[in-house]
Amino acid sequence: MAKLAGIPIHIEQPEAEPQQFGNALPILNEIRHALARFAERAEPTRIDLAAIPFGPGDEERLMALLGRGEVEATIDALGPTRVWETRFPGVWVLDYANVEGERIALQIEIDEIPQMLRTQRADITDSLAALDAALASATAADPAAESRH
Amino acid sequence: MATSKTLGESLRQHGVSRRGFLKFCAATASMMALPPSMAPAIAQALEKARRPSVIWLSFQECTGCTESLTRSFSPTVENLIFDVISLDYHHTLQAAAGDAAEHAREQAMNTNAGEYLVVVDGSLPGPNANPGYSTIAGISNYDMLMDTIDGAAAVVAVGTCAAFGGLPKADPNPTGAVSVQDLVKDKPVINVSGCPPVPMVITGVLAQFLTFGTLPELDEYGRPRAFFGQSIHDRCYRRPFYDKGKFAESFDDEGAKAGWCLYRLGCKGPMTYNACATMKWNGGASWPVEAGYPCLGCSEPDFWDAGGFYKALSVPTGSPGDVLLTAGAVGAAVGVGAGLMSRNQGKQAAKHHDKVTADQLEEKL
Ligand code: SF4
Ligand code: SF4
Repeated sequence: MAKLAGIPIHIEQPEAEPQQFGNALPILNEIRHALARFAERAEPTRIDLAAIPFGPGDEERLMALLGRGEVEATIDALGPTRVWETRFPGVWVLDYANVEGERIALQIEIDEIPQMLRTQRADITDSLAALDAALASATAADPAAESRH
Repeated sequence: MATSKTLGESLRQHGVSRRGFLKFCAATASMMALPPSMAPAIAQALEKARRPSVIWLSFQECTGCTESLTRSFSPTVENLIFDVISLDYHHTLQAAAGDAAEHAREQAMNTNAGEYLVVVDGSLPGPNANPGYSTIAGISNYDMLMDTIDGAAAVVAVGTCAAFGGLPKADPNPTGAVSVQDLVKDKPVINVSGCPPVPMVITGVLAQFLTFGTLPELDEYGRPRAFFGQSIHDRCYRRPFYDKGKFAESFDDEGAKAGWCLYRLGCKGPMTYNACATMKWNGGASWPVEAGYPCLGCSEPDFWDAGGFYKALSVPTGSPGDVLLTAGAVGAAVGVGAGLMSRNQGKQAAKHHDKVTADQLEEKL
């Protein structure tokens, strides 16, 4: 199936400045309050940008205001999720896409590190078992291993 | 058939990692119009949720609603929902036909008695109408609906036809079409209206039932408040222009190019309750007003008969609050002035070259 981005439609907005709809600044204010809450009580916040009535250009304006910081990561689970810290440390953007690369959600997270990047406890338990199994089979296959005991 | 497997198990069997699951929950929260902080609660509930059986009946419909859902741009979310529900019968999507298909429906009804969900798209000829207008496997729509809902937990009417009668019921209603809620009185009916409904809203409602086993809170038209709680107008990004009385007067004037309010071009946003302004269409790419086209009011009862699509609402209705009423009054007053202006401009434009105004479009219809 053709992707939306592949359809050659150019949106012409000669007179329209990207920020004209003015929905970026209220969100930036909300982020500011959330960051203050985090600074005071370490209370993380997530803001779902799908619930915000953005007009054309509003999202670009918000993203331009937030800028890019030092950290960037991609999580490969059910399609890519791109995560980056904005130029305001502690303010992260999570751009969730499906396996076809189309966005399914866009969120701002205010935290030391986004939840999605943390390794989950249950995964660590599974990981330990997997590592043990790998070690066991590698040891069994390695003729020199015996002498190292 | 519905199995005893939980959704968490089912997802892991599909090779979904825990991070993938978290992502699924974040997207589901967004889809259910819940705050992102609900994602962990959703994750917990989904881990334990069982796959409900769904029987989907298609009556007098155009398949637009099923298209909306199956062509939606979020295969990892909507499709996963469909992988984890047990869609035991769907007229349009299933390969089986005739007796074999009806047998599948009966079997799903028996196995999951009292627990299955019935989804209906399309209106149906009422009990007093000629049943011959729409039948499946020789069974009238009316008989099939009444028979199927008997053991159902709830009925979801998908699309304006199922919810309010829609196009088939539009004047002069030749088939005697009625909506699901006109007939179903002893089961909860959830109306997911729209022509078609936003796909995320359809799955959001199913996801809620799947996740929490509960039915959503409904408005006076039986629509889930989470998605239909606010008017298009209240969430429209062009609203600041409405409040300032800046209106596009034709589809190609300076106002239209500058993205002004489409009220004078017939926008029904002020009386329409739907999620388009925030959830948008085509995977969040855009929505009618963003594309420069007035809202038709497709999620409201009898919208086909509510005057012309390009006729401005005379008085903004259905929106609560003093602020809006004042804004509406200002908007309407400015609208009248602007209307006079546009007629003059229309005459002038006709001399030079053809500019189409809303009134002219209306005349052609
Ligand atoms: S009338 Fe229509 S275009 Fe204008 S603000 Fe309301 S919903 Fe938006
Ligand atoms: S913008 Fe209006 S007419 Fe268009 S889909 Fe949404 S509710 Fe229906």
